[in-house]
Amino acid sequence: MANYSTSELRSGLKVMLDGDPCAVVANELVKPGKGQAFSRTKLRNLRSGRIWERTFKSNESLEGADVMDYDMEYLYTDGEFWHFMMTDGSFEQHAADENAVADSVKWLKEQEVYEVTLFNGAPLSVTPPNFIELEVVETDPGLKGDTAQGGTKPATFSTGATVNVPLFVNIGEVLRLDTRTNEYVSRAKS
Amino acid sequence: MWRASCSLSNLKARAELYALIRAFFVARKVLEVETPILSTSTATDPQLESISASVRKNMGSEAEPYFLHTSPEFPMKRLLASGSGAIYQICKTFRNGESGRKHNPEFSMLEWYRPGFSLSELMQELELLMSDALGTNSAENLSYRDAFLRYVDIDPFEITDELLAIKARELAEYAGPKLSRDDNLNLILSICIEPFLGAENPCFLCEYPPSQASLAQICLSSAGHLVAQRFELYINGMELANGYYELTDAQEQSKRFDQDNQERCLAGLPAIPPDENLVAAMAHGLPACSGVAVGLDRVLMLKVGVQSIDEVLTFPISRA
Repeated sequence: MANYSTSELRSGLKVMLDGDPCAVVANELVKPGKGQAFSRTKLRNLRSGRIWERTFKSNESLEGADVMDYDMEYLYTDGEFWHFMMTDGSFEQHAADENAVADSVKWLKEQEVYEVTLFNGAPLSVTPPNFIELEVVETDPGLKGDTAQGGTKPATFSTGATVNVPLFVNIGEVLRLDTRTNEYVSRAKS
Repeated sequence: MWRASCSLSNLKARAELYALIRAFFVARKVLEVETPILSTSTATDPQLESISASVRKNMGSEAEPYFLHTSPEFPMKRLLASGSGAIYQICKTFRNGESGRKHNPEFSMLEWYRPGFSLSELMQELELLMSDALGTNSAENLSYRDAFLRYVDIDPFEITDELLAIKARELAEYAGPKLSRDDNLNLILSICIEPFLGAENPCFLCEYPPSQASLAQICLSSAGHLVAQRFELYINGMELANGYYELTDAQEQSKRFDQDNQERCLAGLPAIPPDENLVAAMAHGLPACSGVAVGLDRVLMLKVGVQSIDEVLTFPISRA
């Protein structure tokens, strides 16, 4: 992998730090008029998702991380691994473990396309699309006449996700959801 | 990319600031001067990298190495030694490799010298100028030692090198190779102290360790430490100005050039030929004086309330 100078780190670059792949979030030159130049860097640890702040000497070298994002279709789970397939026509399959799938597990629907981040060729994390359409499998019965205004109730979806939905929603309906905010968007267009 | 990165109102704010500065010095009978940007010698400071230029005095004659100045300090001191009296200058200065939210390799500087002024008299004058330009209140004086004690509970004059290095890793989340004592102090100052300086009122940080004297005289502090008669001005956590009770001793000046070059040598940097004209001017007689350099782009950033220097520059380096 290429090395990067700490003074050239910019948002989005992936580097190795303390053995973990990290994405640069921000980098600022700290240079007193009379003093050594430093790089004040904010990084997201791609393994843990945590934000790290570090100070480097300017023009120090950091090893690049072999991290790439790919579109992959979710196939199935065998209970231990979640299996994905590249959508580039190669049909190449990758198995993501529990740590890689993490909280995204509740959004995993067969044949849906996800962004899978590979680190040294193995899945590091799985990101669902921003919007997804899922079927309601469990919720209190819908209230007749309540079409727009009013309160919400919890609904469980086919993938296991639980999202608050309007009172008029019934079991079996397909809804459009925002995976980033865990919120109901609309009824799916059929 | 052909467009200016600053707004029309910020362009006007700069013109207003410069008019205000010029009126301020006219009223005080300080003479505006111009000195060369190109010079055969430059700052020896190991932390500054000058931009080199190749100059032919005549078409066809051999090119000679010159530098773009990092500040107009040396020729202004030569003017003082020639008997100019109080002088100021607004000019562009150049520092290689410095780009960022608060840096551009080419930036605007106001520098002035006051023969017969003590350091505190010069600080008062700067305080007045800032009050005129930014509407700031009266400033707080904070010694380097008190700043470290207040914000990080470290005595910068007493702490051992080993403990200081540990503190720098801990407090400033430093993750690089071993640093010198002054680099560690600078690191902690930059990351853990500076952001808090001048939050309410302007703050003069003064009484620097003698190893960071640069071209300031050294004296004994009230706490009994040898300190540099140097200050920096901070407003809203931004370093705006650096001032000295100026060194006037030619021999001491030569010594500091040599020290800088030894440090440069150790760091694998090219030595800078000492400015013999400056040393000769000092040997002839530089009047006792105080001097200060102010970063005008940063003053403008505060005046118009922006976070990035690009917003007050017409064409920052990426568009120049």
